[in-house]
Amino acid sequence: MSDDLDALRGETASALAAAADLRAWDAVRVGTLGKSGRLTGLLKGLGGVPAEDRRERGAALNRLKAELEAAIEARRTALEAAALEARLASERMDVSLPPRAHAPGGAELGGIHPISRTIEELTAIFGAMGFRVAEGPDIESDWLNFSALNIPDHHPARQDHDTFYLPAGADGRRPVLRTHTSPVQARTMLGQEPPIRVIVPGRTWRADHDATHSPMFHQVEGLVIDRGITLGHLKGCLIDFLRAFFGIGDLPVRFRASYFPFTEPSMEVDIGWNRKTGELGKGGDWLEILGSGMVHPRVLANCGIDAREWQGFAFGMGIERITMLKHGMPDLRPFYESDLRWLRHYAADPLSPPSLTEGV
Amino acid sequence: MKFTLSWLRAHLETEAPLADILATLNTIGLEVEGVEDRGAALASFRIAHVVEAEQHPNADRLRALKVDAGDGKLLSVVCGAPNARAGMKGVVALPGAFIPGTGITLKKGEIRGVASEAMMLSAREMGLGDDHSGIVDLPEDAPLGGSYVRWAGMDDPIIEISVTPNRGDALSVHGVARDLAAAGLGRLKPLVPARVAAAYPAPLRWEIADPRACQWVLGRGIRGLRNGPSPKWLQDWLVAIGQRPINALVDVTNLFTYGLGRPLHVFDVAKVRGGTLTLRMAREGEELAALNGKSYALTAEDGVIADEAGPESLGGIIGGAHSGCDEGTTECFIECAVFDPVRIALSGRRHDIRTDARARFERGIDQALPPAALDLATALMIELCGGEASEVAPAGAEPGWRRSASLRFERLAGLGGAEVAPDEAVGILERLGFTIEARDAERLTVAVPSWRNDIAGAGGLDQAPGLAPERARAAAEGCAAVEPEADLVEEVLRIRGLDRIPPVSLPVAGIVPPPALSPKQARAVLARRVLAARGMLDCVGFGFLEAKVAALFGETPAALRLENPIAADLDQMRPTPVASLLQAAARNAARGYPDAALAELGAAYRDPSPEGQLQVAAGVRTGHTPRHWAEATRAVDAMDAKGDALAVLAALGVPMAAVSVTTDAPGFYHPGRSGVLRQGPKTVLATFGEVHPRVAAALDLTGPAVAFEVFLDAVPEPKRRKKGAPDLPAFQPVRRDFAFLVDAGVSAEAVLRAARGADKALIAEVVLFDRYAGEKLPEGKVSLAIQAVLQPREATLTDAGIEAAAAKIVAAVGKATGAVLRG
Repeated sequence: MSDDLDALRGETASALAAAADLRAWDAVRVGTLGKSGRLTGLLKGLGGVPAEDRRERGAALNRLKAELEAAIEARRTALEAAALEARLASERMDVSLPPRAHAPGGAELGGIHPISRTIEELTAIFGAMGFRVAEGPDIESDWLNFSALNIPDHHPARQDHDTFYLPAGADGRRPVLRTHTSPVQARTMLGQEPPIRVIVPGRTWRADHDATHSPMFHQVEGLVIDRGITLGHLKGCLIDFLRAFFGIGDLPVRFRASYFPFTEPSMEVDIGWNRKTGELGKGGDWLEILGSGMVHPRVLANCGIDAREWQGFAFGMGIERITMLKHGMPDLRPFYESDLRWLRHYAADPLSPPSLTEGV
Repeated sequence: MKFTLSWLRAHLETEAPLADILATLNTIGLEVEGVEDRGAALASFRIAHVVEAEQHPNADRLRALKVDAGDGKLLSVVCGAPNARAGMKGVVALPGAFIPGTGITLKKGEIRGVASEAMMLSAREMGLGDDHSGIVDLPEDAPLGGSYVRWAGMDDPIIEISVTPNRGDALSVHGVARDLAAAGLGRLKPLVPARVAAAYPAPLRWEIADPRACQWVLGRGIRGLRNGPSPKWLQDWLVAIGQRPINALVDVTNLFTYGLGRPLHVFDVAKVRGGTLTLRMAREGEELAALNGKSYALTAEDGVIADEAGPESLGGIIGGAHSGCDEGTTECFIECAVFDPVRIALSGRRHDIRTDARARFERGIDQALPPAALDLATALMIELCGGEASEVAPAGAEPGWRRSASLRFERLAGLGGAEVAPDEAVGILERLGFTIEARDAERLTVAVPSWRNDIAGAGGLDQAPGLAPERARAAAEGCAAVEPEADLVEEVLRIRGLDRIPPVSLPVAGIVPPPALSPKQARAVLARRVLAARGMLDCVGFGFLEAKVAALFGETPAALRLENPIAADLDQMRPTPVASLLQAAARNAARGYPDAALAELGAAYRDPSPEGQLQVAAGVRTGHTPRHWAEATRAVDAMDAKGDALAVLAALGVPMAAVSVTTDAPGFYHPGRSGVLRQGPKTVLATFGEVHPRVAAALDLTGPAVAFEVFLDAVPEPKRRKKGAPDLPAFQPVRRDFAFLVDAGVSAEAVLRAARGADKALIAEVVLFDRYAGEKLPEGKVSLAIQAVLQPREATLTDAGIEAAAAKIVAAVGKATGAVLRG
């Protein structure tokens, strides 16, 4: 390589090293790569080089250009980082100071998300029927999410669940994002002796994303295990809940035979509504709202409960779905977008939590 | 599963109207997904004869017709169709009829002085397409006065039901008919056995080389056949359910798949290489070019049917393209086999092949049907294509499907909550195909039919690891004892209708229920409420986000990265809800709402274990405080976030005196403007602070942004103690102010703590009321002004006492922090 290029490289490097701030750095950049910069000048002079040397010198110049551009950019990043560090160091505040006595806003600006509100309402209503709330983690073993619930590996129902998987752990099994709140059934049965009466509101996940499906959504599970619990109790419990939740004392409720791996007999539950207007309780149409059934003997046995002594029922429903129906909300997607205009419109007053005395 | 009404009636003798059939299907668990009754809107239209067609006297483009609608009376009809002519047959609508294509109900009228008593219809007017070039022109032999819909074959409604995964038997018209008959909607037409004479030895033989590949298979040849299009009735049924008619042999196999739930396959004998079809597991490297045009690389776990040259079909899932029957086939070989449902399910899933055969085999087919089905199929193929049948070639053996189940009648009420007379229950089970083996007043024992693989099935337990052996055994025995009975209870109640079970409210242990929430759960609800009451909007964010964004907020271990994310920006479980909230705040800012206060009660993921999923109450504030005449607006700052975190902790019962601040907050905070709230040296209760400028920039947040997280799992359960008596001294407190000059690096907390500790008995409270740093002070110094409240208990404080206390405070603060009283 020619000496003049070596010189330019060396001089630019020392100029960059000497540039202590962005202004000095910019002077180096302009002086090298700018319109009348040194490298630009050399590139312009390429035309005057004898034809036999031109190709070689052109290649050398291009190599140098790339090299200098990289060096200049690296220096800029370093200077910016140093400037940020200096700024952060100078911006130190005493964080032990007591905060202000009041928040920037009050309850009139805040609000409870409709999903949270519905969960509080569910808790109040089922709580009055003697249920307590049980919880479990979002990331579950496939045994709890599937096998315990009588959904073996090859079961067609496993495919219907659109499961999200995480990398296999030490046991070689892949954890899943729970596809329903039902694994908490198994957790509860393994964790306490019957009688059991729990609801499980919580986040659930399925690999499905469109106008009516979200990859994360919420369900509430119910589980009752006791002596002498029958399908009649299941119907009574759900009718009592649905009428209280929607505030319609004579809401029509219909039960249809169905199938779920974890219940037997199984049934789907519809409520009466008007398909055209969306009004609940009238109109002669039916809307499917939840699945339920008597807990399958295999599920009881998988969780160590003797089905000769104990029996009960379970149900599950979508929290977004009942929330949308109750409030006439047309679209699922905004639930998760945290658009504060939407939140302000639909959020519940934090100072009026649901209560059986003040009304849910 | 789709079928037409006439197809159903081929299996069910019933007078029930369509509406009753649909309602019953819904009740018994065969949920109706849809009904397409193409003919319903056209039911009143008749085939009519145009007797005369003359030019309209007062309109060039109209004709005056005389039309016979079948009763011999001539109707005057004015018509604009260019093809209207005397002698033609068409479709007529009479007054009162609704015309689907125009949305008008027809009335008698008069057009330019000529009466119009009916209307001749175009295809478009009937809603049957776009053709409006003229009225419908029917062939000569269309029956005068007959229903157009019936003549056109559109009077056969198509019913679609969703069949639950346990009901392989209901993936057939015959099975659906059986359920409907059991529910009282008619009588199931039994299959009439066919007798087929064997004219020659079977052209191919079976060899089951591996019992995993197949349990039982029957085959039979037909030679001398002529394969062509199947008859109209069969084509109509297949077209109605969305199948493409192919040729008679293939269409018959489809008829059996949908009609009887009995998938069949036909090989073209001329194309099979060697005289043997082997049922074996595939070898690594083998491929199958399937009937759907795709090629599949087979594994040693796939069962195949192979000839000398290799796999000809993926048994029970899909046939091969090579040896299928076409119009040139003159000799076929029918395959009628029983495959293992689990193996079919796994193979089908491995190759992602969804076929009607797979759907039926993996749910379980009628295990005793093959001989009768093979006879029926052979007979029908010979009827349609001619030829003669060979002997039956068998291999393997009928699977052992016979089993019994018992029902104590009492359980119908005891489990099902329904009072059902034993005779009614027995009748339902008999109509479903169960046969009675024994019955007394209390109990019934039945044989389970060969098609109900879901009843009294074997095994299937997968008990919790670590269950005590005795408990596990008792539970397994309990299941074995009651499961078949629960199956029978379900059958009786399902067919009888669950709506007939009287609802009973759950009995409660007492009128006043125990609390539904544990103390920890109640704390979470309270945390959310506290934040909302501080002006924050409660949000719900996805728990996963883009790994690159997650990395701004902490560790992104591979164990928390989804293997099958739904989108590239939703692949990593979030390290903190703050990440989701800041993204949300940035979206709001982009919409023109830069001032946001958002909170979320949700999980932060550290690892996939239950303990690694922390419950966090998090919040962010961005932009400025609200504008108001009485209060200046200002940028949100770290103290706002600290205030939020402390408000949550205070509401949850954490004693504020026990909370200290350290400055080692996570890296997504501004290092100089963030802190960690701790209880004792180890327990981290919360973090708070300004968002690091680099993080804010990466999220396109340009304005001020602060955040906090409160770790609810770390908050200890408050001790439930009765409060002691209140402290109500008889003497007035004395308040004294002090202004200290300290090094800027000294924390206010150190000053306050030292002042409080100067005389614990006397000093009731110390608050900081001013902090000043500026030109009037020496470089590197700040002034902290505090007020101490001295509360005497024995006697009123004297001046000397006050001075002594003040001196103690000055000394203690000076000793702890190097502060000096400002002159």
